[in-house]
Amino acid sequence: MNREKGALDKAVSVSITQDKLTLRGNLLIDTLMSLYHDGQPAISDDISSIDISCLSQMDTAGAWFLVEQRAQAAQRGKPLEITGATPAQAQLIKTVERNMPPADQSPLPPPSIADRFEAFGRKVIRGFRMTVELIAFLGQVIATLGGIIRHPSRLRLTSVVHHCQEIGVSAVPIVALMAFLIGVVLAFQGSAQLRQFGAEVFVVDLIAISILRELGILLTSIIVAGRSGSAFTAAIGSMKMREEIDAMRTLGLDPVTILVVPRVLALMLMLPALGLIADISGLIGGALMSWIELGVSPAVFQTRLVSNTDVWHFSVGMIKAPFFALIIGIIGCYQGMKVGGNAESLGRLTSASVVLSIFMVIVVDAMFSIFFAVVGV
Amino acid sequence: MTDDPIIRVRGLVTRFGTHTVHDGLDLDVKRGEIIGVVGGSGTGKSVLLRAIVGLLEPQEGQIEVFGESVRATTDAQFRALRRRWGVMFQDGALFSSLTVRQNVEAPMREQLQLDDTLRETLAGIKVRMVGLPENAMAKYPSELSGGMRKRAGFARAIAMDPEIVFLDEPTAGLDPIGAAAFDTLIKQLQASLGLTVFLVTHDLDSLHAICDRIAVLADQKVFAVGTMEEMLQVDHPWIHEYFHGPRARAALSTATQEGTQ
Repeated sequence: MNREKGALDKAVSVSITQDKLTLRGNLLIDTLMSLYHDGQPAISDDISSIDISCLSQMDTAGAWFLVEQRAQAAQRGKPLEITGATPAQAQLIKTVERNMPPADQSPLPPPSIADRFEAFGRKVIRGFRMTVELIAFLGQVIATLGGIIRHPSRLRLTSVVHHCQEIGVSAVPIVALMAFLIGVVLAFQGSAQLRQFGAEVFVVDLIAISILRELGILLTSIIVAGRSGSAFTAAIGSMKMREEIDAMRTLGLDPVTILVVPRVLALMLMLPALGLIADISGLIGGALMSWIELGVSPAVFQTRLVSNTDVWHFSVGMIKAPFFALIIGIIGCYQGMKVGGNAESLGRLTSASVVLSIFMVIVVDAMFSIFFAVVGV
Repeated sequence: MTDDPIIRVRGLVTRFGTHTVHDGLDLDVKRGEIIGVVGGSGTGKSVLLRAIVGLLEPQEGQIEVFGESVRATTDAQFRALRRRWGVMFQDGALFSSLTVRQNVEAPMREQLQLDDTLRETLAGIKVRMVGLPENAMAKYPSELSGGMRKRAGFARAIAMDPEIVFLDEPTAGLDPIGAAAFDTLIKQLQASLGLTVFLVTHDLDSLHAICDRIAVLADQKVFAVGTMEEMLQVDHPWIHEYFHGPRARAALSTATQEGTQ
């Protein structure tokens, strides 16, 4: 097995005298492919022995090659002898021979239509089961919240404040900037259309209603889902991976009280506040762009906003905020609790948490729209 | 050339901030031996391993493997050097998104132009060599027990037929039967593949059973190197405690019993 420096470049060569094949050089994993031409080894059928006494090196792959040739020759009914092996090489050949793949390795049959149906069915059942579990988890959190209302001393106030800082205060710049730009875009796009009808001043109504009612809170929720929902899953998930959650349970601490409730509560407090900031910031962006693009001065914008836009539009947005917060918090924490033992599931569930919470927020938003339309407000 | 050490460490100094782990550490590893590196927690056994395989840049000192300096090489030279050793980390460090067989194939896939069936066959041989059952090949690391993960990690370490394997606590966390089986496996493969084994361990039974020499890390150096018998004579409080403690005596008596049988 002693290999000299730079030996890796040396190749293996074959020479045949009568029925004896002699291998020279290095029979290694790197050089093995040079013995094959079009998938067939360059060894003819009428060889009865392979001499390896001139080999300077041989590794496991090389030993496999010899064993394989011998096995194939035996199958053809022409035994093949391997001669000239050093004791170390002989032992390696023996080791490899013990570990050759079993002969009857039939490839797996391709999946049939029934298999595909079965896989689909399993997916559907998994989806149902997850919905049930999610609702059960929601119930558990609400029950724990109820318990905390009766015994307020159980609330982890420090934790709630910490999460308010993380979820709310730290997100103010990104949320404000996002809403400001949305206001700018709405004013810009709206003015181009409204100018055709000479109805530029209605841009104020357009901006006010769309931002206050829908976009302000919806886009804030999406940002918070990406920022905090994923953070919940990752934090709780890695605690689950390191068995911290199990440790809590054995110490008689309730993970829902300690980990989930403070996060959900902080989110429900902070999302309306962030929504309010987004509303204000969006209106400022819209007003600024209306002024630049349409010459609607801030004073006119303000008067029109106050006189024409019902405050109910603002309320509609704010009513939705705690529901969105609940969805993001519950899904984020639930997915964290589902993390298994490996790093892959952590990553998979973190992204699933973001996708699912954004999707659910939009679904619930659509339901609210229908609801408000039906009751006529 | 057999007398030249295959690994040669001279004056190694590693520091993390103000905390000095090694201060002027020297170590020689001979070709074809199994060397066991022991030491208390925090004496830098794993740090030494990481410094030798180039995962960690020491502050000072020379590290030569196969007579070539690990630190003063170009990238291409280092890649060629790295192919000649394999590392098994604690708990295997298998890639969790690949099956056992794909894990063993990974180094071959990166470094060689082999056709797929040949690569699969060779990887299969390595997986069987470490004593994993046939049905473990298609399993993912998360479906394996700790002992099987370690075996799979070992299979990946020897995938490229290296000359040296570095094993970081191979028997830690295994039950005594599994640990003994792993010791036998190391010894067996060392003999049939002609490996040099650098073994970081806490396991006194492993030291007795398979190590040719033992290096003890203490006082930020390799305090003593030698066979088990020599270690028993060393006069250093920690080493004395380590090799004469109740557990050491138990391991020693089992080893001698087995030897006489």
